[in-house]
This record gives sequence, structure tokens and C-alpha cells, in this order.
Amino acid sequence: MSIKLENVSYSYLEGTPMSKVAIRDINLEIEAGEFVGLIGATGSGKSTLVQHFNGLLLPTTGKVFVDGVDLTKKETQLRAIRQKVGMVFQYPEHQLFGETILEDVGFGPSNGGLDEADVLERVKEALSYVGLDYESLQDRSPFELSGGQKRRVAIAGVLAMRPSVLILDEPTAGLDPQGREEILNQIRDLHEERGITVILVSHSMEDVARLVDRLIVMEKGTISLDGSPVEVFRQADRLKNMGLGIPQITELMNELKVCGLNVNTDIFRVEEAEGEILKALGWQNNEHV
Amino acid sequence: MSMFKNVTIGQHIPGDSIIHRLDPRTKIITASFLIVLLFLVKGFMGYGLVALGIAAIIGASGISWRYVLRGLRPLLVILILTVSLHIFMTEGRVIFQLWFLKVTWEGLMRGLMMGTRLILLITGTSLLTLTTSPIQLTDGIESLLKPGKKIGIPAHELAMMMTIALRFIPTLLEETEKIMKAQMARGADFQSGGIVQRAKSLIPLLVPLFVNAFRRADELAIAMEARGYRGGEGRSKFRENHFQRIDAIAFSTVVVFSVIIVLFF
Repeated sequence: MSIKLENVSYSYLEGTPMSKVAIRDINLEIEAGEFVGLIGATGSGKSTLVQHFNGLLLPTTGKVFVDGVDLTKKETQLRAIRQKVGMVFQYPEHQLFGETILEDVGFGPSNGGLDEADVLERVKEALSYVGLDYESLQDRSPFELSGGQKRRVAIAGVLAMRPSVLILDEPTAGLDPQGREEILNQIRDLHEERGITVILVSHSMEDVARLVDRLIVMEKGTISLDGSPVEVFRQADRLKNMGLGIPQITELMNELKVCGLNVNTDIFRVEEAEGEILKALGWQNNEHV
Repeated sequence: MSMFKNVTIGQHIPGDSIIHRLDPRTKIITASFLIVLLFLVKGFMGYGLVALGIAAIIGASGISWRYVLRGLRPLLVILILTVSLHIFMTEGRVIFQLWFLKVTWEGLMRGLMMGTRLILLITGTSLLTLTTSPIQLTDGIESLLKPGKKIGIPAHELAMMMTIALRFIPTLLEETEKIMKAQMARGADFQSGGIVQRAKSLIPLLVPLFVNAFRRADELAIAMEARGYRGGEGRSKFRENHFQRIDAIAFSTVVVFSVIIVLFF
């Protein structure tokens, strides 16, 4: 399922004196099966941009196509598009409402017109994707759960619609390191096993760097960089000027290079860095153990 | 916040006119004077004079006429209903009759009177909120209610509740919009269906809204305590209201004006 934006601009409060341009003249194409990271400083327009992908916001000017369907056309069924392009908002646990977890997670598929048996199956499947046990949880209130579990239930609520595209806006904000790790791994598994297109919005380089195939960097409402993580992180200075940065480990490799150690700086995983440094020092990988 | 740009309750237009600079207490008291006055006035002559007075205040405040009059729009239905009820329901000398509806001279008079009264009431009192920021307003109310403490009116607490409520209106609107979007992303539909269907579709919106409001209230209470808040007793003020010369002038002008109208018209 591909998403294509043509000259998309969006202003809040259009037509009033308080009008403010949030994104400007965006051209973008995301192919089916991509794992895209969208990064940018606060207020750079990331959240506004992704809300165009499922028609929650319609562009002030420009066009949005999802699988060739023009979302800006009046006759387009946006509800059908939203079943296919799932969106997890920031702090999704703040949107829980169901009396039971079953009811909450099943909300999306029920709105899609599925019968009870199908909804049940979807709920089970979605909960297992986020590592929660359906049997023990189904009748409990989502409000009794811990913060991390609530987050997972909320994400399951979107997964239950079996979207072909999954947009996640800061899915790990406010979680502890272990919770972050688990949720990110589950998202990666979903991408690998089910081939879902994933768009991960974040301002944490560390989070996105090790997961995505493509990084889009936003600055002041426009796309300023778009490429593989390697290509993007080579622009360390530009990223820093935008109030972003590069992963700490990449920073370290850059510093080592400056200090005269001949290492490859296109690295953003600690494991890779280890091998690279040992190699540069002329050690074998197993010698240090 | 596209869906809520039409909400104009308690709107304040910042400015630096004489009216803006008046002590909020002066404005609150004169506004209540106006309300009483409007119910004492009997003839159109009196209403005309009050209208002139209000016009003078609007002029002095520098707020555009159109903006003040726009405040009437949400109340148009009530206005029309009131006026027509009076016109058609009052017994008296019949001017003309249309099927079962009869228009009487007395009714026409009373209807017009009520209409003018309502319009003046709304424009007059909306001038108060238009020229006074919500914070000034609550400060004013607090200090006016202070004498009531002896008979058990919790002046400070009431003012604090008002301040907090006003402060959280935009936050709640923003939150509402966010939750609506999140549920719409899951296929919720807030617009179509019959009344029952629509009421039901509000549950996924209202439940999280309340849960979040309670959570936020809890957090706010703790944050206030952490900063040493312990109620109004002995609390000093950052903004002090001072009754100045212009307040005295404004106040006496209004009093003299009202007395003249009540006595002679």
C-alpha cells in the first residue's frame, strides 16, 4: 500500500488572522513494505504530516493518494482508508475507554463492520502481537493495567484493524528502557513477519536508527533530508543545527576518526561499533574476551 | 483547533483603552448596576439613553462594533423567541389577526421593550468580559467577595476554581479534538446516525476525556501543594488591584447617569 503526497501544504486556522502554516509544499512517496523513520524537532510538522496519511487532516493545498485513491476528493470513503492506514497517536493509552480490554481493542474492527467471531479473532491476534495474553486479560478493565501495558493495549487497538500501513507517533515516549525496547522490537517483528509498512515518528535518533530503512528529517514544515540512515547521519552538522543529533555511537565513531583511528563512521549500532573498533585496533573479535 | 474556532464564551480582547485599564471591580460593579438599571427603566426614552451610554463605552474601549454585536449571534434564537412570544401572547387592542395569531398593540410594545432590554443586557455585560482578562475578572470577584467571608462565602476558593476552570478550557478543547481524531483513526463516526447512535458514539470520546480530566486535576493538586499552596489565608498577591482616580470618575458618572435615568425617564 503506497502513500503519495503532491505539493501538500497545511495551515491551521486557515482563513483567520491566527493562521499558521504547519507544513509547506511536501512531495513524498512511501512504497509498500518500507520501514520509514520520520524525525524532526518539536514543532517541525511531523505530527501534522502523518495525519494526512489517513485523511484525519486534509491538505489546504495539494493532493494525497493512498494506493492511488485521492483522499482530497469528496466521494472518497475516509473511514475505509483509516481501516487500512492505522495510526497510533502519542500517549495512545489516554484514549482508552472500554469497560473491558476486549471491548476496547475490538472497537476498530467492530467499526469496520466485522461480526463478533471475526472481531474476537482480531483481538486475540492483536494482543498476541504486542505480547499480551488474551485469556487472562480479556475481561479486565484497561484502566487497571500498568502504564506500559495500557500502551500495548492501545497499540493492539489499532493493530486489530489489520492495517497495511502502521503509523506510530512517538510510541515509546515516557516508557522505561525495557518497555521501549520491547515495543520497538514488536514493531520490527510486525514489519518483518507481516510485511506491514511502518512509519515511525520520533525525535529520538537512537530509537529509529537501528530499525528503519529510510529516514525522513523534517525542519520547519518541510522535508530537509530523505535517505537511508547512513546517508542522513553523514550530515551530522546539519542535524545538530536543527536541534537534532546523531546516535551517540555514531558520534563516538566520528570522534575516533578525528583522533586518528581509522574506523568506518557509518555505524549506528553498538554491536557493529564494537567489531569496527576492534578491527581498527588490529585485534581479532574474540581476543578481548 | 479547527472545530472550535466558533466558541466565543468569555472572549477577551486585549487592549490599552481607558476601559481596559479600569479596575476590574469598577467594571464588575458597574455591569451589575447596568443589569439593575435595565429592569428599572420603563420607557423607550430611558432605553435610548442607556444605549447611548453603552455606545459611549464601546467607543472608549476601542473594540469594533461588529465584534461586540457578533456576541448577539448565538443568542439570536432566544431573542426572536422572547420577542415573538410577547408580541403574540399579550392580550389587548388587536392590530391585526392572522388565523389564530393576533398581534396586539400592547404585545408589540412589550415585545420591542423586551428585545431592547435583552440586547442592551447582552452587549453591556459582554463589554465586561471583552475588556477584562479572565484573571483580572477572578481577582476582582475575589476581592469583592472578601467581605462575605464573615458569613461563610469562600471567596478565595471560588476565585481559584474559576481561574482553574478558565485555564483548562483550551486544554480540554485540544484534548477533545485529539481523542476524536484517535477514535476516528479507529473508524469511529461522530457525525452520522440517529440520536441514540450518536449519543452512543460519544462514549469513546467522553470516557477518556473524563479519565484524563481527573488525572490532570490530581496532578495539578499535587503540583500546587508542592509549590506551597495552602489556600487563601495569608497569601500575598502578584497583581494588586488599585482603585484609581479614573475608577472614581467612571463610577460616579455611571451612578449619576443611572439615577437620572431612573428618576426622570
